[in-house]
Amino acid sequence: MVLVKKNAHLMPLVGTRTNEQKGAKEMVTLTIDGQKVTVPANSTVLEAAEAAGIHIPTLCYLKDVSQTGSCRVCVVEIGGRLQASCVFPVSEGMEVKTNTPLVRESRRTTVELMLSNHPQDCLTCLRNQNCELQKLSHELNIREVRFEGARSSFPLDTSSPAIARDPNKCILCRRCISVCSEIQGVNILAARERGFETVVSPAWQEQLANTACTNCGQCVLVCPVGALVEKDDTEKVWKALADPDTHVVVQTAPAVRVTLGEEFGLEPGTIVTGKMVTALRRLGFDAVFDTDFTADLTIIEEANELLQRLENGGKLPMITSCSPGWIKFIEHQFPAYLDHLSTCKSPQQMFGALAKTYYPEKAGLDPGKIVTVSIMPCTAKKFEAERPEMQSSGYQDVDIVLTVREFARMIKEAGIDFINLADGEYDAPMGISTGAGVIFGATGGVMEAALRTAYEVVTEESLDKLDFTEVRGLEGIKEASVNLNGTVLKVAVAHGLGNARKLMELIQQGKAEYHFIEIMACPGGCIGGGGQPIPTNTDIRRQRMAGIYAADKDMPLRKSHENPAIKVLYDEFLREPLGEKSHELLHTHYVPRLKYSEVEHPEAKEETKRGTAS
Amino acid sequence: MAEYRTHVLVCAGAGCVSSNCKAVEAALQDELEQVGLAEEVKVVETGCIGTCDLGPVMVVYPEGVFYQKLTPDDAREIVNEHFLKGRIVRRLLYKAPQSEELVERAEDMDFFRRQYRIALRNTGVINPEVIEEYIARDGYAALGKVLSEMSQEQVIDEIKKSCLRGRGGAGFPTGLKWEFTYKAPGEEKYVVCNADEGDPGAFMDRSILEGDPHTLIEAMAIAGYAVGARQGFVYVRAEYPLAVERLSMALEQARSYGLLGENIFGTDFSFDIGIRVGAGAFVCGEETALLTSIEGKRGEPRPRPPFPAVKGVFGKPTLLSNVETYANICPIILHGADWFLGIGTEKSKGTKVFAIAGDINNTGLVEVPMGTTLREIVFEIGGGIPHGKRFKAAQTGGPSGGCLTTEHLDIHVDYESLKQVGSMMGSGGLIVMDEDTCMVDIARFFLDFTRDESCGKCTPCRIGTTRMLEILTRITEGKGEEGDIEKLEALAHAIKAGSLCGLGQSAPNPVLSTLHYFRDEYEAHIREKRCPAGHCIALLKFVVDPELCRGCGLCTKVCPVGAISGKRREPHQIDTDLCTKCGACQEKCPFDAISRH
Repeated sequence: MVLVKKNAHLMPLVGTRTNEQKGAKEMVTLTIDGQKVTVPANSTVLEAAEAAGIHIPTLCYLKDVSQTGSCRVCVVEIGGRLQASCVFPVSEGMEVKTNTPLVRESRRTTVELMLSNHPQDCLTCLRNQNCELQKLSHELNIREVRFEGARSSFPLDTSSPAIARDPNKCILCRRCISVCSEIQGVNILAARERGFETVVSPAWQEQLANTACTNCGQCVLVCPVGALVEKDDTEKVWKALADPDTHVVVQTAPAVRVTLGEEFGLEPGTIVTGKMVTALRRLGFDAVFDTDFTADLTIIEEANELLQRLENGGKLPMITSCSPGWIKFIEHQFPAYLDHLSTCKSPQQMFGALAKTYYPEKAGLDPGKIVTVSIMPCTAKKFEAERPEMQSSGYQDVDIVLTVREFARMIKEAGIDFINLADGEYDAPMGISTGAGVIFGATGGVMEAALRTAYEVVTEESLDKLDFTEVRGLEGIKEASVNLNGTVLKVAVAHGLGNARKLMELIQQGKAEYHFIEIMACPGGCIGGGGQPIPTNTDIRRQRMAGIYAADKDMPLRKSHENPAIKVLYDEFLREPLGEKSHELLHTHYVPRLKYSEVEHPEAKEETKRGTAS
Repeated sequence: MAEYRTHVLVCAGAGCVSSNCKAVEAALQDELEQVGLAEEVKVVETGCIGTCDLGPVMVVYPEGVFYQKLTPDDAREIVNEHFLKGRIVRRLLYKAPQSEELVERAEDMDFFRRQYRIALRNTGVINPEVIEEYIARDGYAALGKVLSEMSQEQVIDEIKKSCLRGRGGAGFPTGLKWEFTYKAPGEEKYVVCNADEGDPGAFMDRSILEGDPHTLIEAMAIAGYAVGARQGFVYVRAEYPLAVERLSMALEQARSYGLLGENIFGTDFSFDIGIRVGAGAFVCGEETALLTSIEGKRGEPRPRPPFPAVKGVFGKPTLLSNVETYANICPIILHGADWFLGIGTEKSKGTKVFAIAGDINNTGLVEVPMGTTLREIVFEIGGGIPHGKRFKAAQTGGPSGGCLTTEHLDIHVDYESLKQVGSMMGSGGLIVMDEDTCMVDIARFFLDFTRDESCGKCTPCRIGTTRMLEILTRITEGKGEEGDIEKLEALAHAIKAGSLCGLGQSAPNPVLSTLHYFRDEYEAHIREKRCPAGHCIALLKFVVDPELCRGCGLCTKVCPVGAISGKRREPHQIDTDLCTKCGACQEKCPFDAISRH
């Protein structure tokens, strides 16, 4: 086997301003609080202070995501004037003071002003105890708000099945705007109106559900307060669990096992699969299954689909379809290219369809009494579950989707001592999986799992080296080639919708010479999903990825086609990959959507006509 | 070429256009035709002459007779009397406000006599729509000189040597900006003109654009040559349609004459200018917000550094100045920096255009040498305060500036002196206030403006100005509390020190300035619930003077809430609990028996 790594497009995960990229090797020395610090000449004062171990509070600043200098919390004194350290460049001989009466009074007044226009309903806020404004207020020793006055009063936006917006809690840090436009390239959120009336919202104050929002939830991850949150569906789950007539089945996505622990104080990347299974049983789920099972199934279906396209001259490159944020993105942004998508449903939806057909048939249950719950790293999965295409079992295939954060809240509410739980085992048959299913949780994982299977199926040789490291890691777009019996299979992997757009533009221009592409909506793949614990940042993504690959290594089976439960599934139920039953239950179609809201906005037309800038 | 015995300059600035000067001009032309003088008298439609309060106006040359507040019938009368019979129409002359004497000639009016026009040298003199008129007054000679005789460095040195400072705000040395932009690394550079004049009452940039658009085009081309740019942008607000129209026309003319475009004057210098129309956000007058808006984004400021000279529009080195600054360039190039250095004060050279407004007899646009005293501007050029009222204060620098009081009447107005007394030059707005002006309410008025125009990006400006306005509003409504002044001061200092851009950094100035000079007025509002100027309605009490009241009952009829009672022919009373202080009774009373306190 020849595995050639091409000179991939060097695209950073996000707008990371590493020193190498800034191209400067030059160093400057400045003084911060009397301490001499030598840093690269292109550093900001904040970076220099960090290097010197001096803490400067920040709020709108978010490494790799947002540097707007707008909140004014990180001000320091330079030459007698206040400057925002997060954006102020260092220079030789500069004198910086981070703790003067002027600095303290300014920071404090700024945060007091924010609080004066904030609901301050901390006790009942979803972000209670994980709120950056709350933390900052405490850190700055704010004990009263001197300047009370009018508060913003904007309508809540609960239109989306995935994300809820409360602009009244928004502190206009604009991280969500940065992540949505600069990293994801979706451009849904922007500042509207001016001054005190400024509000972050979709254009024309449109409801999120009526926009090209992909539901990826990256905005939720970066929101420092409770202005952007996942739609909370925990109550629906409690209700189902309390209903003696229902049989509640749960599936857990691959990426959840390496992130859930963070909600309970464990290090990112800690593998908590066993504790998670035990917690689910304690909560009262009737069957605890694993999405990894249908991840393996996806590989079988998708690998066969690819081979079929290759043999029959089907549409290439074929692109993966596991990520519902990506699916909605391509439906809005590149509707002419939907036939590039694999027709395979995502593992979550394959699971749902089987959980209401194959499983009740096997277990002798009434499918009408089954409630399927998924624990996902994702907000977009909530939207996916509600798509009208996702009812091939005759019911809504997946009833309720919980993010990792919602799931953790349920565990806490139930009083379960998660850290000290004993390890449990998934139920059979839909809890049996391989390492190939686990790596779906990180960018490149679907590709790697597919290659493991495709290679062995085509070459009929066994792979000695299972790790396709070329497609791993946080580089924005990764490429690789695999020799399958003389045919060179060219593949590419993109994560983050901004990178996805770049690949799609290559396809548009006819320059993408790939056979197979994996795309995940979220930076880092599902381990960086919009439903993951907060904070999620580049370092944490790396740690979670390491957890995923460690979990893969631990598995006795690491190739999807070796999953015995999948073999039984085909023998007993599906008969063959891409067969009639598969098409009915496991494959889907996509809907072209508009880039802009379908709702009429007369003022939009008016504005376009005038053609004025603002 | 026809020889005319008389030239009539009809002002067609936006002010005169809105007071119907076009009809006056049409009547003038028509009557000239009728009486057969069309070949002898030439009517020239000019830009703003400056006396906006007196419009429509015209000046008849060679005598220089100034006629004001004209109607079409007046124009016909002038043709028949003045042009045909040689008799000046005295009833249409200007009356000096203090002496009440009629003034025949424009140059004898205090308003014009004390002016020194550099930036406005052609405004109100030439027809802005005719490029030849500009060329006849040395137009494009400076560009020719620069392109044929001077190196880029020589041009920059000349501007540096002239000590010209930016006329739009902080007064940064213009030559330095040129040098920074010239030296900034990069192939692609831009020259931008800020014509987003937003200070309430200030309209000098508009007048230059409307009255002398070629001076801007020529200066930008010179700047383009000096800094190494081949593209310019004029960012002008959409509220200036006439300016946009005349500038567009001028750009077309300049292009057709080869004064813009490829290989200007046959040299290898190419330069062109595009117009970008702003949508009316005050903050877009801030340089980084303006550049962001040109890029097609929401007009919001961005942190500096990097400064525009290094990273401006589209991330490229950009020279940015306002219209008035550019309007000084050609005379400096033609007459030399030494000439310019001879005008003005030690640190502020040249002239400054002021837009005088408020409680003053001669409102309008004037250009005076730097260092002219406030007294000269207000009492001589401005003709003093109307209705014999006393001068109380003058606001300079628009909503970002501060107020000057009687004690400042003799300061020599320049960048430094204004800064020293807590105000600023800004773009040159000058709002005069008489004794009836409540300084708390004035501060509230300006803050209402800046609060409304805050872009909403940074916290101190976005929320802080709102909180300040709330406090000021409650003080003027008689709901002020002890501690409010201290809160205002704390907020003002925090907003000034902590805001991202100049808008926020200067927004509290009117409050700090009035607090400094008129703190007692704030205290009277808060502690005594009294407005010393008798302006704040909520703090006023309407009372009937029983000595003067004849009991006619008119006030009871006009009172909308039935707060006034009394028997016929006997003194009436006002029930202060019911009174909504609308003032209708005071207006109605034929005996001036109702007063407010």
